[in-house]
Amino acid sequence: MANFIVWVVWFGAAFACIASALAVVSFRNPFFSALALIGNLSSLAVLYLLLGGEFVAAGQVLVYGGAVMVMFLFVIAYLGDRTLEAPWAGGPSWQAVGTVLAAGSILAEVIVALALTSGGLHHEPTIPRSFGSPASIGRLFLTDHLIAFEVTSIVLLIAAVGGVVLGSHARTLEDDARS
Amino acid sequence: MHGPDVRWYLVLAALLFVTGALGVLIRRSPLIILLSVEIMLNGSNLALIAFARRFGHEDGQVFAIAVMAIAASEVVVGLGLIVAMARKRLDLDVDKLSSLRG
Repeated sequence: MANFIVWVVWFGAAFACIASALAVVSFRNPFFSALALIGNLSSLAVLYLLLGGEFVAAGQVLVYGGAVMVMFLFVIAYLGDRTLEAPWAGGPSWQAVGTVLAAGSILAEVIVALALTSGGLHHEPTIPRSFGSPASIGRLFLTDHLIAFEVTSIVLLIAAVGGVVLGSHARTLEDDARS
Repeated sequence: MHGPDVRWYLVLAALLFVTGALGVLIRRSPLIILLSVEIMLNGSNLALIAFARRFGHEDGQVFAIAVMAIAASEVVVGLGLIVAMARKRLDLDVDKLSSLRG
């Protein structure tokens, strides 16, 4: 019975995931695309929970679905309707055809590679209860992956400084245009 | 608990990545392109976390959290560029941004 419920939840989340991703790509208005991406991120968090990644799922909802998407929605509201475009306005059609061919070949490659692997893709039968908990993730960050942790903090700092510089540069440009 | 194994998650991750790649290559609005890049990053995150579960070790989850931090900083810089473009009264269309110092 538990097995059946896991499959039902998996298919529900996977369907929501694919449908909202297609909606993000195909919606005409970027505001609705951003709202669809919030649905995509939430259904991915459900899949992370099925894989035992409790901390990553919480971070996904808080950081991605919360902070990053609020920033997106602010910028889209600030820009207004200037970004309206035709839904599939992609320039020449050979470009779109090549894109679809490339995407299809990536997908076919992955599926063929998965079909050729005979085994070895089953889950570990048992995992410790603390798998994916904040404590074990934090211990890994501060022991095995300390350098990655520090480098990530520096990258975030540089991105914050870059955002401020870009914003102030845009303000001087606007003053130049006015004077 | 015998749920879907890594194979299923990998096919889903590939579908997400391909959808995001389609968005990046076909759409012209830089906002939609940034959103599609987020979909691609999330597809790779799903594969990382599926392999973390398969090998019973959390290294993949740590990698996924690092990817989330990089994605956040990418969004900051990308949105800053888009706002700067809008303030310079440039068209928000990546096909028309073909020259530097335009």
